[in-house]
Parts: sequence; structure tokens; C-alpha cells
Amino acid sequence: MSERILSSKLYIGIWATLMCLTVITAAVSFIDLGPFNTVVALVIATVKASLVILFFMHVKYTHERMTKVVIVAAFFFLLLLLALSMADYTTRFLA
Amino acid sequence: MSDSPIAVEPHGPELHGPELHGPELRHHFADVEQQRDAASLGMWLFLATEIMFFGGMFCAYLVYRYWHFHEFAAGSRSLDIYLGTINTAVLICSSLTVALGVRAAQMGKQKLLVVYLLLTLVFGLAFLGIKGKEWYDKYKEHHIPGASFNADDIVKEYPQIPINQQSEQTYFSLYFAMTGLHALHMVIGVGLFSVIAYLAMKGRYNSHYYTPVENAGLYWHFVDIVWIYLFPLLYLIDRKPLK
Repeated sequence: MSERILSSKLYIGIWATLMCLTVITAAVSFIDLGPFNTVVALVIATVKASLVILFFMHVKYTHERMTKVVIVAAFFFLLLLLALSMADYTTRFLA
Repeated sequence: MSDSPIAVEPHGPELHGPELHGPELRHHFADVEQQRDAASLGMWLFLATEIMFFGGMFCAYLVYRYWHFHEFAAGSRSLDIYLGTINTAVLICSSLTVALGVRAAQMGKQKLLVVYLLLTLVFGLAFLGIKGKEWYDKYKEHHIPGASFNADDIVKEYPQIPINQQSEQTYFSLYFAMTGLHALHMVIGVGLFSVIAYLAMKGRYNSHYYTPVENAGLYWHFVDIVWIYLFPLLYLIDRKPLK
């Protein structure tokens, strides 16, 4: 992943985007969007995390496919943990 | 060389040694490129275990937030959103200096690398300082779970929100557990970067060998990502104007 040296302009661009998204997510939380406040906050957080992973952590430019498999697997199992736990806890007292 | 991972023909020690490829390449790798890919894959495997480690806490958070939403919302309102936002910005700045530091290492600019590593340490310590201030405020307000926990001030401030003090403790338990575990990772990161900054000052890293810089960088970015999620989940649960 290293033969490619990214330009410092790209890094600063990503940094500026992350800073803007931070201000936006804090500001939007004061506006009443009903149930969508949490959705917006989590979407913004996920965009920020993706930018960090793809550019700061160089995953977009790695040619080692195994690394990408490990990352996707890690998030898949995290999702499994959260989704199946919530499927249990949110339906326990329905009857 | 990465398309032929097992690469080279069998060969004896006469084809190895610092004269042929520099001291940084280990015997069992075909080239520096392959060695770096292997190191980075190993680091990502470690980060995968870290994702599951924090994942357990996020899962507990989700379940309790679902059960005690009002208390979580009120507890979230009682946090200092300005310090939280500033800390998020501080961590993003530190991630930038890490990324630029790895870039400096890739280009073999040793002095620039040291500058970026030291800047990262400054941002990391600033984050911990601000976090400490927030924790101290919570200590003064008796919001630390335990015998002296008291959320009367939150109950009084938000009469519209039905608050059970026991459940309010659950929110603050998770708040301190999650930010505490994250801060522990920050402390380890600061230690890691201190050692790497020291070694970089001694000229240990060059454009052929900077694996520790890159892997410590991956760790730092990971800790940043954890905070990117902790910030909205703890500080921004419910900030809209109350009716």
C-alpha cells in the first residue's frame, strides 16, 4: 500500500471535510427532525469513519485483498452482534 | 511482487544480508513491499479484535438506550456539547498530523516526520486534558455512578422528561465506561507515539522502513473512529428544543 504516496492536498481536503461534518452534526442535533435526528447523526458519523478508513488508513489504495477481507469481516460480525442482539431485546415483551 | 506472494526460488544465505537488500528486510519476505503488506494485514487483524472489543460496549449501549431512552436523553443533555465538539475536532486534527507524518516517512523526510509526530502528541494530550476537565465537572456534579450519585439537578432542569435516577446511573455508567476505555486507548497511543517520536529523532525510519510509524498510525486512526461514533451516541442523543 505504500508505493503510492498521496498528495498532502488530498489529506488536507479530507481533514476539512471531517471538520465541516463535525460542525454540521453538532448543529443539526439542535433542530427537531423527529426520529431522524439519530439517523442523520449516525449517517454523518459513518461518512466520517469511511473517509478516515479509505484515505487516512490508505485502504482505498491497498492492493492487498486480504486486508480488505479482514475489514469487511470485522464490520460484518459487529453488525451481526448488534442486529441479532437488538432483534432479541426489541421483541422480548411484545406478547 | 505482490501478485506472486511466495515468490522467490529457494536460495541460501549467500543471497541475503544487508549488502543485498538493506537490514530492514526480513529473510522470509520476497521484498520490502510484501513485508509491509504483511505487517499491515497483521495490524488490521488486531484492529478487528478491537472492533469486537468496543462492539460489546456499543451493544450494551444500544440495549440500555432502547430500554431507558428518557434517562439517556437527559444524561446526554447534561454533557458539555461544546467541549465534546472541540475534542472531536482535536482528534481529527491529530489524525491529519498522523497521516501527514506517515507521508513524511514514506518520502524519507525525517525531520518533518518528527515534527508531525510531536504535533500528534500535543493533540493527543490536549484531547485527554479536555476529557479530564469534563470528567472533573461530572465529579463535581455528583454524576459519577456510585454511593454519592445524585441526578436531582438533571430532574429539576428537565421537568418535561420522566427520569428514573437508577436508570440515569446506567447512562453515566456507560458514559464513563465507554469514554474511559477510549481514553485508555488514547493513553496507550500517546505512549506508543512518544516511543516512535524518540526513535524517529534518532533517525530510525527511512523511506524503506517505516512499518512502526504506519501501524501506530493505523491504531491512532482506529481510536479516532471510535470517538467519531462515541460523540453522536453520547452527546447528541436528544438535543432538540423541549416542548
